[in-house]
Amino acid sequence: MTAVFRHELRNDLHALTTYLFGACLLAFIGLWAMMYNLQAAVNNFEYVLEAGCLAFVVIVPILTMRTVAEERRQRTDQLLYSLPITTVQVVLGKYLALLAVFAVPLCVIAVYPLIFARYGDVCLPTSYGTLFAFFLLGAALLAVGMFLSSLTENQGFAAGIGIAVILLNYYSVSLAEYVSASAFGSVAALYVVILLLGLLIRYVTRNEKLAWGVGLALLAVTAAAYVLDAQAFEGLLPRVMSRLSLFERFYVFVNGVFDWTAVVYYASVMGFFLFLTVQSMEKRRYN
Amino acid sequence: MIEIEHLTKRYGEVTAVSDLSLTIGSGQIYGFLGPNGAGKSTTMNIMTGCLSATEGTVHVGGYDIFEEPRQAKRLIGYLPEQPPLYLNESPREYLRFVGEAKGLRGGQLRGQMDAVMEQTGIAAMADRRIAELSKGYRQRVGIAQALLGDPQVVVLDEPTVGLDPIQIIGIRDLIRELGRTHTVIFSSHILSEVQTVCDQIIMIAHGRLAAFDTPENLERQLLSSGEIALTALAEPARVERLLAAVPGVSGVELLGEEDGRTAARVRTGAEDIRPVCRDIFLAFAGADTVLLELTPRRASLEDVFLELSEAAGPEEAEREEDAL
Repeated sequence: MTAVFRHELRNDLHALTTYLFGACLLAFIGLWAMMYNLQAAVNNFEYVLEAGCLAFVVIVPILTMRTVAEERRQRTDQLLYSLPITTVQVVLGKYLALLAVFAVPLCVIAVYPLIFARYGDVCLPTSYGTLFAFFLLGAALLAVGMFLSSLTENQGFAAGIGIAVILLNYYSVSLAEYVSASAFGSVAALYVVILLLGLLIRYVTRNEKLAWGVGLALLAVTAAAYVLDAQAFEGLLPRVMSRLSLFERFYVFVNGVFDWTAVVYYASVMGFFLFLTVQSMEKRRYN
Repeated sequence: MIEIEHLTKRYGEVTAVSDLSLTIGSGQIYGFLGPNGAGKSTTMNIMTGCLSATEGTVHVGGYDIFEEPRQAKRLIGYLPEQPPLYLNESPREYLRFVGEAKGLRGGQLRGQMDAVMEQTGIAAMADRRIAELSKGYRQRVGIAQALLGDPQVVVLDEPTVGLDPIQIIGIRDLIRELGRTHTVIFSSHILSEVQTVCDQIIMIAHGRLAAFDTPENLERQLLSSGEIALTALAEPARVERLLAAVPGVSGVELLGEEDGRTAARVRTGAEDIRPVCRDIFLAFAGADTVLLELTPRRASLEDVFLELSEAAGPEEAEREEDAL
């Protein structure tokens, strides 16, 4: 794992995207810090981070698009398979390198509240609590981005899908207000999700029977549940959409609450997508 | 060293490798021969743990490649068909990564890196970007990578493809040199290459083992079915009549007539075709017929190859393994 980590880190240091990522993050946070803390003279640094998290929509895919897709494009993934290291080690090494790259601009940002505290009354625990959550949010999104990168050998495609997914997640709470809250609407949306899940299973396992089986079973279960108790589906879709929002959990920290459930939530998202990345890479061995 | 038992690999409907079993000993050079799409790459990918098998097992030095991949992979160095190189790095950086991944550290790593760079002749290029290197040098970097960690078996998938003749000779020499200290398995679809370099030939066709023997034995096996090519200054009917009278001739195929010359291919059932040649000559001379050409055609490895690959399995066209 350390070999992959060091190699990946060395690669990142030579990649333009790494510097683009750091520069964009610093510029974005710097801009908001200037507007909020300096010009508007607000003494809450957490608001800067709240506004700044929008930057993740673009910069996370920029950083992650290369990770696995590039290996696949230049066929070096075969080297990784043939080396006496496990896919879990490869994925973890790559992910830790991404986190290290992400942590560097954060270290710079971590100085800001200290500087502001010299000139005013800054609530440091909230600032650093939010910064920690900012790191967790970014780390979870990096895991998502890495998984998307493992699905294709086309970096542009990985980045595009990444931006779309993160943007959708960013706006999912606002969107939730507009989607149908009726039971029927929720079931319809569930059907779409199940179909997509079926397609994903088919793509990952290349097993038609399994995909159809799982898909049809879930569809039948949903239909049965709807017939039995339509009430339960009332407002399900908006609820799920706001639950899935990674950003919504972050705003809790901004309000000054150190939410342990959110920490667990982020950790589960990371674990889940790293697991999927491993599966996606392993799948190449079992095609 | 490597034991493959009942190995089968299916891609959906297509069977790339079908019930392949063979045992590869140590300290020799093995040539893996087969037409494109025969299942060479698939077998090598499975052998080295890059690909799963549908059925069957592979043991490397006693370790199951699927159950104990870590121990098994340590014994193998693998160069896939497309050298897996990070083009932005220098050979030195690249080899350091591979060495570290193979568990080498510190002085041991540096020592081995220097040794393999020396052995493969890339020391002078060690600090250039791999993207700037020629194909021959890239191939050498790929081989150097396989040699790190001092594996007992080196598996090279078509190491000479796409190289110019001088580079090919260089790689062949390198393979010969490696054969003194390692078990080398390399695949090729060029017969002469395998013939000159290998101690043992593994022929594979349609995913099945077609032959496994020394080059000499394989050739000898087919010498008996040798043919004779002849051209005579006579009309076809006469040639056919004269040949029919010669003992040992089992079949005649007339290839056509041009300017009064008739070309024919004669099949013999004899172990040694030289007496038959003599009899044919005497028969034609006795009938005052001029023989313009009389050539005993010994079966080359090429014929063995073609015959075996057709005999092994006439089924569906196999798919070349390029999934990885």
